[in-house]
Amino acid sequence: MILNVNNASFSYDGITKQFEDISLSLRRGEVLSLLGRNGTGKSTLIKCILNILRLQGGAVEIDGRRVADMRPEEVARQVGYVPQAHRAVFPFSALDFVLMGRAPHISAFSVPKEEDYEKAEEAFERIGITHLREKSISEMSGGESQMVMIARALAQEPSLLILDEPTSHLDVGNQMKTIATIDQLAADGIAILMCTHFPDHAFLVSHSAAILNKGRLIAQGRAEDVITKENLREAYGVDICVHYIKEAGRTVCIPMNPCGCRGREVA
Amino acid sequence: MTRGKEPTVEAGQEPGESVTINLPWIASHGGMPVHEAVLRFIPAGKAIYLLPVALFLFSLFFGRYMMDPVETFRILVIGSVNAFFDGASSLLSAASGQQVLLPSFEQTWGASEQTVVFQIRLPRLIAAMLVGGGLAIAGASFQGLFRNPLVSPDILGVSAGAGFGAALGILLSGNPWVIQVSAFFFGILAVAVTYGIGRAIGKGSTLVLVLGGIIVGSLFSAFISLTKYVADPYDTLPAIVFWLMGSLSAVSNADIVAVAPPILLGALCLYLVRWRINLLAVGEEEAQALGLDTKRMTVVLIIASTVITASAVCISGIIGWVGLVVPHIGRMLVGPDFRKLIPVSAVIGASFILIVDDIARTLTVAEIPLGILTSLIGAPFFAYLLTRKKVGWIS
Repeated sequence: MILNVNNASFSYDGITKQFEDISLSLRRGEVLSLLGRNGTGKSTLIKCILNILRLQGGAVEIDGRRVADMRPEEVARQVGYVPQAHRAVFPFSALDFVLMGRAPHISAFSVPKEEDYEKAEEAFERIGITHLREKSISEMSGGESQMVMIARALAQEPSLLILDEPTSHLDVGNQMKTIATIDQLAADGIAILMCTHFPDHAFLVSHSAAILNKGRLIAQGRAEDVITKENLREAYGVDICVHYIKEAGRTVCIPMNPCGCRGREVA
Repeated sequence: MTRGKEPTVEAGQEPGESVTINLPWIASHGGMPVHEAVLRFIPAGKAIYLLPVALFLFSLFFGRYMMDPVETFRILVIGSVNAFFDGASSLLSAASGQQVLLPSFEQTWGASEQTVVFQIRLPRLIAAMLVGGGLAIAGASFQGLFRNPLVSPDILGVSAGAGFGAALGILLSGNPWVIQVSAFFFGILAVAVTYGIGRAIGKGSTLVLVLGGIIVGSLFSAFISLTKYVADPYDTLPAIVFWLMGSLSAVSNADIVAVAPPILLGALCLYLVRWRINLLAVGEEEAQALGLDTKRMTVVLIIASTVITASAVCISGIIGWVGLVVPHIGRMLVGPDFRKLIPVSAVIGASFILIVDDIARTLTVAEIPLGILTSLIGAPFFAYLLTRKKVGWIS
């Protein structure tokens, strides 16, 4: 097990629990999708796994070691993090940006060496965005900057990759590209934890899924067992149709018309 | 020059080099043709390091007391060697207990030239470079730390604090040493209070730090006004006003000896962590996820920048604009990577103050305060640059 979360609970103010009693585990090469409505504590859980926030109860273990006992750079050598979106203030080039992923491998007073450049180049090649190397991140489209952020996380050489809603602000084409990239990385042996608002994406790549609702996991297990009409209704408060579409070759989740919205009917 | 692109150069061509724009350790990086790599290796990025040297030599003979360039360099070189031998002689004499006289070159120039070069211009030019380079580096680091290109080194209140310290010193004593020490002390104190507010309210969040800086800055500005209000309008008030406008006219060799170590130490510190400033500049949370101890880094940047700024301000008075704008000029030249930005900012800042100080001491019979000129020259120049070149943060 690369990731073990045991009975984790967290609260910002010591009174209201953001989440409690969360237990998860993840092997190398496995993809776990974390579902749940906005504000249920998915991002908080991620920060606790990264040891940016400290758990009040329970423990997070990475490769058998408690993150609470690890130094920041030790965590960063194991866990790569891809945030939802990057707000660029300074127009770093993609290469400079991806090089930053080498930080946990570079000592405090040092700068990237030849080897670090090679690793950065590898990360570019691995997800096929070498052409973006010189482009400034402030001039990139959402899809491009998403890929560059994944490349930066790969430059860390992590055994666990955590993605916070990697597809949320992308067009459908880029959504599928990102999902395909995630699938390929998992096939290479990286464990992947991703938060997502798209249950169908979980079907595309996940080995397992978990649903967080009101700070607790209401379901956890194989994607087919977790992503069901009943669980989705509980999680999102709307009725959702879960269907295998033969033509598309995948299972999709479509919310039912909730209130008789006046869409055009097609026979 | 292209941002972030490093040249392909044979490894070991310039081993052990410390202050360069393009470090030659990326041997097998990129597939650039050799001539392009060589071209990339020589120009703009490196030539800029010669700028302050050239300006320094020029400023040494240039002034209202105009000197012959060749003669000036002779005085500088031979005079320095003589001074060195003098020092060595007295040191050896003291050590061995008997009179030791090392040979020295004959002084072929007058006492007034000697004074102009060694007592007046040399300390002043060194001060100009220390202040300009120091403020520019501190500004660049703060812009990275606060992820905001509109930040200047006095964002945490160091200038207001130092200004009050100086005003208080002028009011109570008038002794230049007292004024400088008081300025330095209150500059540091102001930032310490700001940091305390930041820790107490915002748990070290940079936004609360900036707010704390605004609070402390306006508090000390009020104190400055108070000292002006109670000051003698014929004597201490003008002294306070002129001090606040900034000037290098009174800088002595002793001042340099006092402020050079803290400025250089602070600068070295920022230079060493320069690449890690990149991480902070992309966002605190992302930096943490990349394994950076952001709290410690923040403290390091604040201490180094504050020591630099307080030291600079206590010999020069308040000189605005340099710390804000020079990093922008640096980014236009070498891009946002702090690896290059930190050294380039230092060089541009030093050059800028050298030029402005040359103008300040030669344009009119009376000296023009430096703080006025930096803005008077810097502002239009920056506006011009903005019209000429695309800047990343203006989309």
